[in-house]
Amino acid sequence: MTDTAAPAAAPRAPALAGRVKAAAILFVLFALFPPIVTAAGDPFLVLIGTRILAYAIAAMALDLILGYGAMVSFGHAAYLGFGTYAVAILSSYGVSDILLQMLGAVLISALFALVTGAISLRTKGVYFIMITLAFGQMAFFFFISLSAYGGDDGYGLSQRSTLFGTQVLENDLALFYATLAVLIGLFALCHRIVGSRFGRVLTGIRENPTRMEAIGYSPFRFQLTAFVISGCMTSVAGVLLANQAEFVSPAFMSWHRSGELIVMVVLGGIGTLAGAIGGAVAALVLEEVLGMATDHWRLWFGVFLVLMVLFSPRGITGLVEQIRRRK
Amino acid sequence: MTNLFVLQLLNGVQLGVLLFLIAAGLTLVFGIMDVVNLAHGVLYMVGAYFVATFAALTGSFWWGLLLMLPAAVAVGLILEVVVIRRLYARSHLDQVLATFGLVMIANETVKIVWGVSPLSVPMPEILSGSVPLMGPLQYPVYRIAIIVAGLAVAGGLYLVINHTRIGMLLRAGATNRAMVSALGIDIGKLFAIVFTLGAVLACLAGALVAPILSVDTGMGESVLILTFVVVVIGGIGSIKGAFLGALLVAIVDTLGGVFGPILLREVLDPSAAGQAGRMLAPMLVYILMAAILCVKPAGLFGGRG
Repeated sequence: MTDTAAPAAAPRAPALAGRVKAAAILFVLFALFPPIVTAAGDPFLVLIGTRILAYAIAAMALDLILGYGAMVSFGHAAYLGFGTYAVAILSSYGVSDILLQMLGAVLISALFALVTGAISLRTKGVYFIMITLAFGQMAFFFFISLSAYGGDDGYGLSQRSTLFGTQVLENDLALFYATLAVLIGLFALCHRIVGSRFGRVLTGIRENPTRMEAIGYSPFRFQLTAFVISGCMTSVAGVLLANQAEFVSPAFMSWHRSGELIVMVVLGGIGTLAGAIGGAVAALVLEEVLGMATDHWRLWFGVFLVLMVLFSPRGITGLVEQIRRRK
Repeated sequence: MTNLFVLQLLNGVQLGVLLFLIAAGLTLVFGIMDVVNLAHGVLYMVGAYFVATFAALTGSFWWGLLLMLPAAVAVGLILEVVVIRRLYARSHLDQVLATFGLVMIANETVKIVWGVSPLSVPMPEILSGSVPLMGPLQYPVYRIAIIVAGLAVAGGLYLVINHTRIGMLLRAGATNRAMVSALGIDIGKLFAIVFTLGAVLACLAGALVAPILSVDTGMGESVLILTFVVVVIGGIGSIKGAFLGALLVAIVDTLGGVFGPILLREVLDPSAAGQAGRMLAPMLVYILMAAILCVKPAGLFGGRG
């Protein structure tokens, strides 16, 4: 076993180190972002930056199951929604601490992911995509009919979450760096997971479930665990997103949002973690830039998407690697 | 109470035949070509916009319906040749992304061409009004016409699939694509026919429903997800499954919305029942789907899981 694994693992190691380096460069750039835009006289961009970081967390969480477990979940926006509504609902009951809200979001997401994941993982391929999509819609409709929290129209938050009893997150800069800290922490966690025995079993199942079963691993347990972890991480992104927008609505969990998360992961190159972060940045920046140029930015985003799939299926990472190899 | 039940049951059947028209194409495209097509809901929307435009131009719903058909064939063929054809050999993930892009393109294009305000299609004179059903109960003629038209198309589809050469190829393709190809059938041509047929059926569903709905850009999306549920419940590739699944989903959805709160009122106080009913009703079809998949992971009539 070790004999056959060794040659395969050897070329992988530098790739992994390279990805950590890529992520570190991204994190440094993120950290420099607020002072740069403030100096440039556009401090409101910090808030957009926070939004990008929150989506980067969600995209990275999705990459954990999509890239490493080959589970195309088309309902991940539901977990974003659980995170945002955890903020709205808990703060209306006087629980305004962000860590408690994250805990609430993670608990409800774990429960939802456990139940829907257990059902969805009974199926494969196209069925899995459609079932996760349907469960995502189920959560979406639940919050639409939740009239106590505005239903379809959404619900404005009177204030942001508190941290250890202080209002420090009311400051846009503080929220930005808090989000960045969460992103870095979760990246480290994801990196550990991917490199652990658990992560390697997951990758093995992606490559060949039958063979993994033959050597004694039950794919279902590993896949379900990864599915739950991913859902929980995504809900943390939702908590931050609600604080960024100071508004929650079912729009955070529409199936378009789930699609956009997949776009981010693929845009950066699946199964690379740092790629998902870069993909989130690329997708949201493209959205902002197109949105400034034309009212019909969705048209051009769609064209871009189709062309990308047809001509560069491995996203930006694939493109970079292609260009490198040519040199 | 019985009147309400009959009325809602008929509404459920009417929604069911529409869902079947959309799901039939989707399940064939999934089953035979193994392609996830998120843009299928778009075709339903486009059908409605076509009939709205052509009916306004010619002043007649019937001409609108007739002219919609060649336009639907053209849209189906163009989509197949330009994008879908290149996705057959790709992973499901790529198919999801590319067709998700198509949804964005189509929704925006529709907004540019037809504007954002909803259109309405006049109901044909001969099918307006209501007929007495039983006792004081009246039912709109047009909805009955939709049911009849949908069942007629379902019957036609049954004949084509079970008693023609092309239908035989479709069934064979859904069971074992590689074998059909190995036997010397031009699989590319077969795929193009299947996709176009599905597109026309979805457009037809949109066109039929246009006079009783407002035609807007969001109409494809709500239907798309319901259609996915239908296809999953019925089993991918199975027309029979799509038919039964569509009726099941539509009837559960329609009756659940009306009778859920009434039944809950028996066990809860009225305001709580109303609230719980409103929250549970839209989730019912998904709970139904989950229950069916627990027992049969490949759907009611699905061969492959």
